[in-house]
Amino acid sequence: MIDFTEEQLERYSRHILLDDVGVEGQEKLLQAKVLIVGAGGLGSPAALYLAAAGVGTIGIVDSDVVEISNLQRQIAHFSKDIHFAKVESAAEKMKAINPDITVKTHRECLRAENISGIIKDYDFIIDGTDNFPTKFLVNDACVFLGIPFSHGGILRFNGQTMTVIPYRTACYRCSFRNPPPPDAVPSCAQAGVLGAVAGMLGTIQAAETLKYITGVGELLTNSLLTFDAKTMIFRKIKLNRQANCPVCGTDPQITELVDTEKTVCGLS
Amino acid sequence: MHISVNGEQHEFNEVEVSISRLLEIRQVESPEMVAVQINGEFVEMQNYPNTYLKSGDDIEFLYFMGGGSQ
Repeated sequence: MIDFTEEQLERYSRHILLDDVGVEGQEKLLQAKVLIVGAGGLGSPAALYLAAAGVGTIGIVDSDVVEISNLQRQIAHFSKDIHFAKVESAAEKMKAINPDITVKTHRECLRAENISGIIKDYDFIIDGTDNFPTKFLVNDACVFLGIPFSHGGILRFNGQTMTVIPYRTACYRCSFRNPPPPDAVPSCAQAGVLGAVAGMLGTIQAAETLKYITGVGELLTNSLLTFDAKTMIFRKIKLNRQANCPVCGTDPQITELVDTEKTVCGLS
Repeated sequence: MHISVNGEQHEFNEVEVSISRLLEIRQVESPEMVAVQINGEFVEMQNYPNTYLKSGDDIEFLYFMGGGSQ
């Protein structure tokens, strides 16, 4: 049992007041380790909320530097941060919100050969990546290591997210088998995205993380939450674990991590 | 035939509607951008032409969505 300081009791009082969280839940948060993959549109709000919530150790992975076109939605980065590493920029804001936490920066791209070493010590992973090869890599690595994670994607006015508990609930590949052809799917860089949509989705991912750590409520498992900010229609689509899933099915064809195509790290 | 596509109800006069045909009717420009499931079960892309819908089926087109970091 952690001995909360006066300052901690005050800082986290609105969590502690929640019957479902309380001091026990706050203690779990302070002891938790969460990794955020991508310090961008989704990673920014997730990082700030998890820092504010007192998640004790937060890792953040990104190889990019801040560019002016990021600032429309990547709210952890300020104009003064342009040309600086996104992980350092995000870490500075997280520590400024909450000096109580430890932030670990990983300024690199996730690849088949390094991902397991980076993610293995974390309790939960937030996927806030911008490209499909990395999304599938995060899925596969989390499945192999049994680490729960939150998938997130945004485009234009739309967002989607699901939470995966490996081997217990549907994984990303159960529904999205393989990365689509590189030129078939427009990225935010090509198609645009409403800045606040990134905030909506990243914040849902942060809430799922806090729910997972504290054991509160029902996770967004075996379902894909999609929303269209133009109509504000939210849908929860039921998903099932698929016995023929190539990674978590009964006869998996994918048994080791591979880079599906040249990583697009550093491209903007 | 009465089916649901992404939560919207559709009435079809055609007797046989395959997934491929449904993608045409819904004017999905890049089918490689959607994963299809019928009543919660994933359908392989190569089976789209010979997978026919039944009245009451619940179809979901799940769109690949990247975004996030950049």
